[in-house]
Formats: sequence, structure tokens, C-alpha cells
Amino acid sequence: MADFDQELDASGLNCPLPILRAKKTLNGMESGKVLHIIATDPGSVKDFEAFANQTGNELMESKEVGGKFEFLIKKA
Amino acid sequence: MSDEKKLAIIATKGSLDWAYPPFILASTAAALGYETEIFFTFYGLQLLKKDLDLEVTPLGNPGMPMPMGMDKWFPVVGLALPGMQGMMTSMMKKKMASKGVADLAELRELCQEAEVKLIACQMTVDLFEMNTSEFIDGIEYAGAARFFEFAGNSDICLYI
Repeated sequence: MADFDQELDASGLNCPLPILRAKKTLNGMESGKVLHIIATDPGSVKDFEAFANQTGNELMESKEVGGKFEFLIKKA
Repeated sequence: MSDEKKLAIIATKGSLDWAYPPFILASTAAALGYETEIFFTFYGLQLLKKDLDLEVTPLGNPGMPMPMGMDKWFPVVGLALPGMQGMMTSMMKKKMASKGVADLAELRELCQEAEVKLIACQMTVDLFEMNTSEFIDGIEYAGAARFFEFAGNSDICLYI
């Protein structure tokens, strides 16, 4: 996985909390910085895709690692 | 007028299960950049109380999954037994906590942080003689015309 600037562990949280926490964390980051998110909610895979599409923040990577879902999002 | 997308919701129900959809959708919409307003009317006003003492009832709700095959042991009339609603409520709360579903008060706070506008129906407040000191701060009291002012320009409008 590529480098990132900040990390958010949303493990154990269910919809819509991973998205809400990610949005809040991104709010505090500068444009171009990358957020690494870890989630266990299987719905988060489609949700982070949709989040990126609608907010303009780029979903650089999305993968499953050992039953957890990991995402890299670059702040627009 | 901004070019943000807009979501307008009418929240009419005051039970624990039905309290979730308005707050989940509103907070998510706000995170996606929607300008969002929720108009609370009738039983929906319970969702604005500082002390969120909401319950869930299996009565009249054949779609509600019952734990431990309880629906087989208790026919419909059994669900009306005293204490049943309290028991179902506490089971539902435990289940939600164990599955990482957000606490309602937390979701509501997230909505307010994200500047979701919460509007209480003044007519309902008067009708049920509700004490507004029991409601959270930062809400607006208004009528149907106020709802349409926003909803008329909304992209999505939901009645929950």
C-alpha cells in the first residue's frame, strides 16, 4: 500500500459511521494529503466508492486484507 | 441560492427503530456535501428530546426479526404482555451496540455538527402541549410553509 499521511481505524463501526468519521478526518487535512482507512463493515467497499464519486476526493486504493477493508483516499 | 444538492426529510415516527433512518440519511448526505433539513412532526418530535427514551415494539410488526424463535413461542397476543416492549427494546439496543451501529444521540450530534437543520413542527408542539425545554438546543420551530420553502428546491425529499 502506498504512503499515507493520516490513518483512521473504523473497525467495528457500522454504516454510516466509517463514512462520517472519514469525512470528519478529511476536513482536518490539507488538499493532496492521503488518508488510510481501515474498516470491517463490508458495505464500506461500495460506500467509499460512492463517497469518492460524490465528493471529488480520489479513492486511490481499495482492498481486502485479512477480512478487513482498507482504503486510501486523497483529499481533493 | 447555493448549487449544493439538497435533501429534505420529514420525520414522523418516534420509535427507536424508526429514529435511525432520518439521522443516518441526513448525516450521510451532509458528509457527501448535501445541504440537509429534517422537519420533525407528530411522533417524530420525540427524536428532538434531550433525553432520548425511545422504545421499539414488536406489536403490529410481523417483519421484525424475533430473537430465539420467540415469535413461535409467543403468538401475537403474547407480544402485548406487560414488559414485552421493554424487553424487546433492551434486546434491540444490545444488538445495535454489539454490531457497531451508532448511538442515536451521537448520530444526532453528528447531524448538528454537519449543520443539518432540525426543524420542529410548532403545531405538534402546541397540540401535544410539549415542553420545549425538553428539546435539544439549536432547533428551529416553524410550520409547513417553512418546510416547503426548502423542500421545494430540494433534489431529494423523503417522508419517513
